[in-house]
Amino acid sequence: MNYSQVEIWLIIALMAIGTFAIRFSFLGLIGSKRMVPVIERMLRFTPVAVLPGMVAPLVLWPTDAADGVTLLHLAAACAAVGTAYLTRKVIWGMLAGLGVFFAPVVFALL
Amino acid sequence: MRSTERSAFGTGVVDVLPFIVMVVPFATLFGVVAIEAGLSLAQTLSFSILVIAGASQFAALQLMLDNAAIGFILAAALAVNLRMAMYSAALAPHLGAAPLLQRAFIGYLNFDHSYVLAVAKYEDQPDMPLPSRVAYFLGVSLTIAPLWCLFTYIGAEIGVWIPANWEVSFVLPLAFLSTVAPMLKSPAHIAAAVVSILLALALAGLPSGSGLLIAALCAMITGVLVETLLERKA
Repeated sequence: MNYSQVEIWLIIALMAIGTFAIRFSFLGLIGSKRMVPVIERMLRFTPVAVLPGMVAPLVLWPTDAADGVTLLHLAAACAAVGTAYLTRKVIWGMLAGLGVFFAPVVFALL
Repeated sequence: MRSTERSAFGTGVVDVLPFIVMVVPFATLFGVVAIEAGLSLAQTLSFSILVIAGASQFAALQLMLDNAAIGFILAAALAVNLRMAMYSAALAPHLGAAPLLQRAFIGYLNFDHSYVLAVAKYEDQPDMPLPSRVAYFLGVSLTIAPLWCLFTYIGAEIGVWIPANWEVSFVLPLAFLSTVAPMLKSPAHIAAAVVSILLALALAGLPSGSGLLIAALCAMITGVLVETLLERKA
């Protein structure tokens, strides 16, 4: 890494300001004013539109996975989604996913 | 705080507990990696306290290790965070009536976990009064943000030993998937999720999260279109 101390602090400060501006943007500008209805409808889909796409590459192409491990990632992801979907409870999905994912490690320890 | 708000705050604290399992290793890892990369303890901690956005912090660190130009580091790291503008817009109908200072504080604490839990809660309980909504949001975020900073410090200061074959980082996708699955409550939501996944995979080669932004936008449009079509049919 070849940055001066000032440059490193500059990167941190500008990232902090930029990130806050992004996060505050609509909350700050729009406040309680109503948005265009179609935009509001689109925004209701934000979580199901952003998070699956964010996670999909991590499930299919986990960076530090050795050969053959991918099936385990996929199985754990399916267990998490399926259980959480059917039970409608985040915690059961979490436990199912973790259970599948860490089962081989646990069995290896036994 | 009145008792209804206190209980909303408490519910937020409880709801976010499963996420701690993933924030702790993620924050610790950032601390370890940042110090290894050559940042000072103060710089590493400032990163976590001022930015509080794991993915972009890791992205910036990676680019700094590659000695990238400062402008490029900022552009790439902020592109990773652009999804939070959508979070901000999605929270506005629920929290936009709060006083400016509260909104600024909420903005500072508006990250994946706080956003996703809060919106899920507000959709589940549309009658929640505004002060309780704010209290719930703060219950979630004020539980997780200090832990993010604390475990960055622990990672930076002492480092940790995690067996390589445990691959703790995969807890992150599992937590997000478990959170999103119960929100798939209509064919339109499912269609949006499928488009999001397919496009995000197809566009994964695009630099620093821009593929995800395109995928998310198309997925939201898909959701509205499918919803409209189904309404017409009904």
